[in-house]
Amino acid sequence: MVDSAPLNASVSDLHQLLKDRAISSEELTNAFLKRIDQLNGQLNAVVTVCPEQAIADARRADEQLSRGDAHILTGIPLLHKDIFCTRGVRTTCGSRMLEDFIPAYDATVVAKLKAAGMVMLGKCNMDEFAMGSSNETSFFGAVKNPWDPNCVPGGSSGGSAAALAAGMAPLVTGTDTGGSIRQPASLCGVTGLKPTYGRVSRLGIIAFASSLDQAGPMARSAADCAHMLTAMAGLDAGDSTSADRAVPDFFSELTGDVDGLRIGIPREYFNDDLNPEVRERIMSALTQLEKAGALLVDIELPHSHYAIATYYVLAPAEASANLARYDGVRFGYRCDNPSDLEDLYLRSRSEGFGEEVQRRILVGTYALSAGFYDAYFNKAQQVRRVISEDFHKAFQSVDVIAGPSAPGVAFPFGAKQQDPVAMYMEDIYTLAVNLAGLPGLSAPAGLINGMPVGLQLIGKAFDESTILNAAHRLQLDTDWHEARPALEDSLA
Amino acid sequence: MTWETVMGLEVHLQLATQSKIFSGSSTQFGAPPNAQANAVDLGMPGMLPVLNEKAVRFAVKFGLGIGARIGERSIFDRKNYFYPDLPKGYQISQFFSPIVCEGVFEVPMGDGSLLPIRITRAHLEEDAGKSVHDIFTQESGIDLNRAGTPLLEIVTEPDFRSADEAVAYLKALHSLVTYLGISDGNMAEGSMRCDINISLRQKGSDALGTRTEIKNVNSFRFVERAIHSEVERQADILDSGGTITQETRLYDAERDETRSMRSKEVANDYRYFPEPDLLPIDIDQNYIDAVRASLPELPAAKRARFHNDYQLSEYDAALLVPDHALAAFFEEVATLSGAAKPAANWILGDLAGALNRAELTIEESPISAEGLAGLIMRIEDGTLSSKLAKQVFDGLWQAQGTADEIIAARGLKQVSDSGQLEQMVDDVIAANPDQVAQYLAADEPKRKKLSGFFVGQIMKASQGQANPKLLNELLINKLNNQS
Repeated sequence: MVDSAPLNASVSDLHQLLKDRAISSEELTNAFLKRIDQLNGQLNAVVTVCPEQAIADARRADEQLSRGDAHILTGIPLLHKDIFCTRGVRTTCGSRMLEDFIPAYDATVVAKLKAAGMVMLGKCNMDEFAMGSSNETSFFGAVKNPWDPNCVPGGSSGGSAAALAAGMAPLVTGTDTGGSIRQPASLCGVTGLKPTYGRVSRLGIIAFASSLDQAGPMARSAADCAHMLTAMAGLDAGDSTSADRAVPDFFSELTGDVDGLRIGIPREYFNDDLNPEVRERIMSALTQLEKAGALLVDIELPHSHYAIATYYVLAPAEASANLARYDGVRFGYRCDNPSDLEDLYLRSRSEGFGEEVQRRILVGTYALSAGFYDAYFNKAQQVRRVISEDFHKAFQSVDVIAGPSAPGVAFPFGAKQQDPVAMYMEDIYTLAVNLAGLPGLSAPAGLINGMPVGLQLIGKAFDESTILNAAHRLQLDTDWHEARPALEDSLA
Repeated sequence: MTWETVMGLEVHLQLATQSKIFSGSSTQFGAPPNAQANAVDLGMPGMLPVLNEKAVRFAVKFGLGIGARIGERSIFDRKNYFYPDLPKGYQISQFFSPIVCEGVFEVPMGDGSLLPIRITRAHLEEDAGKSVHDIFTQESGIDLNRAGTPLLEIVTEPDFRSADEAVAYLKALHSLVTYLGISDGNMAEGSMRCDINISLRQKGSDALGTRTEIKNVNSFRFVERAIHSEVERQADILDSGGTITQETRLYDAERDETRSMRSKEVANDYRYFPEPDLLPIDIDQNYIDAVRASLPELPAAKRARFHNDYQLSEYDAALLVPDHALAAFFEEVATLSGAAKPAANWILGDLAGALNRAELTIEESPISAEGLAGLIMRIEDGTLSSKLAKQVFDGLWQAQGTADEIIAARGLKQVSDSGQLEQMVDDVIAANPDQVAQYLAADEPKRKKLSGFFVGQIMKASQGQANPKLLNELLINKLNNQS
């Protein structure tokens, strides 16, 4: 009889259990499906559960495990953010526009993890079209933070982060355009990695801002993220922007050795605007790494304060084009009884898209309009290069850059909903990393009043190994990543 | 008022790639609606474009073919507008940095001169699908087979002053792209569509007038007629003191008039910005050199060579060269027969006429190059009179065998034997004493005319087989020696 222990086990432990046939993938899958069934009513983290398919996949994995030719991830269940297209399984992107959209294809990431033998349990709730930092923009209702159901889980991969924190799956996928993996990972107390732009194929991921979007793993530890990233990453002929770079076995690169590792502390991230309690948690995490041999180095990222403005020109501009295909003509939501073509467009889009999505389409359209292009889009492109240059310079003297993942802990529902700019500030520490195309991760760094705080580690392009290793070291020396919300009480 | 017409042309050239510019779907013409539209062409969520390298190669070929500069780094942009047959809500095009930059294209005119036309740019883009309004009663259909077909949009400076110049340019362009093998040039299927920007100005003025743009004209003849009718319309307005509205117009071939399509008042703001899903195209000198080395002989070089090597007139060369197959046919006939000028005459004369009547192309000609060369050789060596040659030509057309076989079967071999000819001359002189007397009484110029009677009689008697040159010599000699 399997108790609840495997629900919290690491990838390595799960693999051992599965390989030894101490547990079957089918049993494991059923345990997680049961967990989803028990908790999703209160958390709303999962929008689509696919039990039949999951069991079928699990049985196939069990056969493979019995044959002894299993991959490290074979038979391990996962949840996908509902932005990844899944063949035959509804893919909503958190929007009414795609409420009934069933793709005929798998995203490359989905196909790769399927090929590795993973079992898809279902699809996670998210901010509509990944636009949001609180998961309140989902057409399917907000996701609740497992640490406090009155608080947001962060966004846009809030469903993924919450499901993970609540033990609904050992691994989940997320995407990060401006912080959408790292900020919810921070608010839900899990580890999430946004890889270097181009490291993971974007094919089959519903586009928000194409030059910024990047998919990555979310897990309960850096080690588990490493296993998953290895399976997700790689050149894809179907994505021209995917990188032709060798993919290491990220797990085997986790030596735990941080001796001499130079960690840059940007003064711009630790100025007076930073919440003192967050600062204290971040500094204590960095002190841990220092004790393990790392060197803390003061650095500057002088153009950091332009990141929000730059991002909120470029991302909406790209989104305004990416979301033009949702016109009610070929797929997706179509309004009732359109009187003519104009009416079809207007009402399908007005009724199919939520407020935040419409806001960003309008902002983006404006930024690209004749007469404004140079002042907004072009200028933002230039500033983007300047911000990249900041990182490039900083990385000449350090190996990793550290800071908070978010300005604070999870906030109550509605707290920032009426103030878009306050909401946009949630990503103040993460946006620049997307603009520069660099890898960044968020790892738990303790709690403030019972709510998780995340440490952000930023790496050089294609050097995910170094930030994963630093996080791994931290997770060898502390138990912050093992903290779990007290959900068991509510299950009793 | 005397008006000068000023025109610039934009040609949308469909590139003859097997698959689309950003997806693996076939570009074959004529499939059932949407049979050639995959998830990328449909603009499905999460789909991404992947550039077809062949389209790039074709564009570079074109650029080198017109002697234009190739953009070292060209970039795709999104051109944003809503239309039901535009699946993504944007067209992937090149706005800021096109693949082919400025160049000058020398267009051969009917009089043998060359008209230099400045090419502004040529850029790669994807075609849209098409809306179908005549299948359903209440709704329109969308056919996305054409969506994503690679196009090269070729833009000129306003260098045209007449419809003739515009048509000559289009014909030369058509010839060039078929030589390069980058387009099938099939205008009826939309492989080459032309937008014409037209304005008028007072003769002698340097300023440009307000222009209209006639969209999507798809034959040389319609281009000519559309220009004439639009020039006339604008001149009428200007003559009566009116002003031209800048707008897009369509040419209605049935009514032979242009009419307003949309006014620029509601002009689209296309909000171009760099396409983030595609990398820039970087083209280095090695690539350019390799493409250049693969270029075939182009029309201009071929015209010059036909003129120099075969001593053809500019006029004949200009007629033979534009159609690649026709030029090749000529070269084969000229080489096999060793008689270039007669080869050109036969091809541009009797053969072209026969093909035209039968509505056949040179590729479909019932007479092969070898067959025609056989005929010409028999004329050149005196076996066949040019008069009887027409009969052999007809025999060849009807596939009755080689020229030699037809000559033998029909007994068309020319009589050049002087003994035989002498006998014929003697016979006709003996049979027509009155005419001989008349001949002898006439003065020299009149005699020439009268000799024709005797030639005619002999040709009749010999069924045209008498060698006319030898016959003439013998006849005059004999007549003059009568007494």
